[in-house]
Amino acid sequence: MAILIIQTLNSLFYASVLFLIAAGLSLIFGVMRIVNLAHGNFYGVGAFVTAWLIGVAIALGVPTPWLFLLLPVGAAAVVLIGIVIEPLLLRPIYRRAEEYQLLVTFGLVLILEDLIKLIWGGLPLTADTLMDALPSIPIGGLIYPGYNLVVIGIGVVAALALWMVIYRTKFGVMLRATSQDRRMASALGLDVGRVYVLAFAIGCFMAGLGGAIIVPSQAAVLGMGIDALVLAFVVVVIGGLGSLKGALVGALIVSFVRTAGVQFFPEIELAVLYLIAAVVLLVKPTGLFGSTA
Amino acid sequence: MALLRTEHLQKQFGNTRACDDVNFVVNQGEFLSLVGSNGAGKTTLVNLISAHLQPDSGQILFEGRDITRASVTERIKAGIARSFQIVNLFDGLSVFDNVALSVFSRDGKATRMAALAERDDAVAGEALEVLEQFGLADKRDTMAAGLAQGERKLLDVAVAYALRPKLLFLDEPTSGVSTRDKAQIMDTVSAVVRAGKVTAVVIEHDMDVVFRYSDRIVMMHEGAMLADGTPDEIRANKDVANILLGAPLSD
Amino acid sequence: MTAAAPSSLLRTLAPPAAIGLPVLALLIVLPQVIGVYQTQLLAYGLVMAVAALGFNLLLGYTGLLSFGHSAYFGLGAYTVAFLARDLGIHSMELYILIGLPVSALVSALLGYVCVRHTRIFFGILTLALSQVLWSLALKLFWVTGGTDGLRVPRPTLLAGTLNFAGSGGYPRFINSYYYYCLAVFVICVIVMWVIVHSPFGKALQAIRDNETRARFLGLRVRRFRWIAFLISGTVTALAGILWVPLNGLTTPEVLYWPFSGEIVFATILGGFRTFAGPLVGGIAFNYIKTYAVASTEYWQLLLGVVLVVMVMTLPSGIVGAVSTLAAKLRRKREA
Repeated sequence: MAILIIQTLNSLFYASVLFLIAAGLSLIFGVMRIVNLAHGNFYGVGAFVTAWLIGVAIALGVPTPWLFLLLPVGAAAVVLIGIVIEPLLLRPIYRRAEEYQLLVTFGLVLILEDLIKLIWGGLPLTADTLMDALPSIPIGGLIYPGYNLVVIGIGVVAALALWMVIYRTKFGVMLRATSQDRRMASALGLDVGRVYVLAFAIGCFMAGLGGAIIVPSQAAVLGMGIDALVLAFVVVVIGGLGSLKGALVGALIVSFVRTAGVQFFPEIELAVLYLIAAVVLLVKPTGLFGSTA
Repeated sequence: MALLRTEHLQKQFGNTRACDDVNFVVNQGEFLSLVGSNGAGKTTLVNLISAHLQPDSGQILFEGRDITRASVTERIKAGIARSFQIVNLFDGLSVFDNVALSVFSRDGKATRMAALAERDDAVAGEALEVLEQFGLADKRDTMAAGLAQGERKLLDVAVAYALRPKLLFLDEPTSGVSTRDKAQIMDTVSAVVRAGKVTAVVIEHDMDVVFRYSDRIVMMHEGAMLADGTPDEIRANKDVANILLGAPLSD
Repeated sequence: MTAAAPSSLLRTLAPPAAIGLPVLALLIVLPQVIGVYQTQLLAYGLVMAVAALGFNLLLGYTGLLSFGHSAYFGLGAYTVAFLARDLGIHSMELYILIGLPVSALVSALLGYVCVRHTRIFFGILTLALSQVLWSLALKLFWVTGGTDGLRVPRPTLLAGTLNFAGSGGYPRFINSYYYYCLAVFVICVIVMWVIVHSPFGKALQAIRDNETRARFLGLRVRRFRWIAFLISGTVTALAGILWVPLNGLTTPEVLYWPFSGEIVFATILGGFRTFAGPLVGGIAFNYIKTYAVASTEYWQLLLGVVLVVMVMTLPSGIVGAVSTLAAKLRRKREA
């Protein structure tokens, strides 16, 4: 029983992080119709920046509780990269064919991956001080790290906040209008360029936050972004490209299947996930919650 | 003799009846014009007959055979070809290849991959003949994307004609070209079609063109057939005149 | 008509032959001049060119962007590795003879699924299926060696007449194997050239340009795409088959999605709108990557910058740019 609870919590922990990455990927696709292969790298950059900031802060003697404030700071750093990249590299290619869009973002994958290596030297960075700072929680004779519950909480809050932004704010209306019909939105006087850069920034923040909150429990390593991308793809394919609800449900499905997979069929755990994605694409290409538009 | 006949053909989009109990007949060998204002259901009717759309109910009979459920490919094999309102060409292929591909497809040779396309003398001869008939022979090596608008319209018809259909639907073959080009396109198209003894149905807005080239005219209005007759009969038809005058054509 | 036929064949073949034959002559002579290392490098380039050639049947001629062609390259590579390890086969001809139908079968299966979609969904589907193979290669380590991969000893060539065992075998192998790759490369180029100039190839281009119209010529669009996928995957798999003996080792890296990105990169670097583009691109990409890796630890950064700059400034690729330039010069001379 205790094991079941812990596995469920593990799934939710994993789902929180995956949701943060996938929701950003989905949002960017929904609004700009661009598949950002470099989205996983934003997650990676978020993890490295955060781990590095925490390391510096510890060296400066900052008290541990304050370190938690660095998590959103790490995510914000990714936003800075995002608002440079969008106007500089993506805006010129929105009208170009898909192959060029994919190639530019693939170029970004290569660039960001090596920039991390260049800046932080390619060694894993950890920030387990935060993990250790929170007490473990006993669950039926076993103990569970309290930090993981914080991550789950952040995931829930992030999902709610994003939902509020999209469905309960004026900016959300603009966002949805632009994703429905860019030309119409622009004809109605919306500053589409601004909507794009803001949507991209939100996507970057989410991915960066995903990296920031995972790094106290798992070290930031090279290639983590590349690995994460395909899983985020699986999430959005299952849920439906461009759908927020889809990203949430997709992240939950992928996480639970993964947790079960690690337990019962570790060799084909990843293969099963990709196969699920392929089957969903075949049966319902718009995903569980995608619209046909 | 009726080459094509639709019986109680019905197609609805939401609340709009794009095709409302249409009994449409095309006779062997005629040059028929399908007229009516925008949204009258002309293109929908052609889409239904060519299997671009499935009807909600009703039947389509071609040479007496029920083809209501036949696929696009089956209908083309049976001898129904069409062109599109907006020019639909293969822009990355030469003018010659655009037409040759129709011939390859019709002859069932389009899946051949161990022979060079231009080395098939029979197909090349036929494609060139079609290009000559349409006055495009000297453009044979030009990319389709590089043609002038009038030439593109002609090539569009030529591609459909090269399938050697029994029944050819042309959706506004002269839309978007100058008045002078219009006459030239219609002269060419009607001459080729008549020479080839191909039955043709043309969707057209320009009534001058319609009266001049058609053997028979069918008028549609709000999804239904309103009038059917020779150019003289249609000219004398009060309903037609009212619609034409009451709803002046926007182009 | 019959009298005119040979001359028209000449007219068809003259332009590609005028470029192709001198290049072929150069590729034959080069190894005598450039030494073992450069010969090996060029052989890698030829392999990449074959991979890109196969890939471009889909992208350039059918209008489908696969982001999962690593699957077929890796499929060829692992098939050879299994044949070598489990069946003790060490003949290159057997590798090809067995590897090709295996690759064709898998390409047909995966392709049958993938061609149900186009555009971005096609890309994601190919990506997802390729990652199924990648994760299996990674996780089923008792079969595939996991991240260590599988070693493949030097095979014999030409039904065992050329054997490279023993000391000093390496330079001899590279020299012979280069010509082996070149021969396969030439065959692939000729076969692919005929295919894209055949009625089938024209039909693919028609489907690429205008799917609806192609359907209304009576072409069964999905079936054409499927066959194109099958050929494309098989040719890229053949590149994988050729690659393993050269590399001596295959790892899951060749199945991972960034390698698919490299195939796309190479193709667009050369120019996907031209027949020669992927050939030039494959060889050029291999040089760029090799020298980037040799000159800096941060070679990915360098490649990424090259890629982004190229897409922004040279979207038609090397071959596209050269032919535009040539056309401009010709016009200037005529004027």
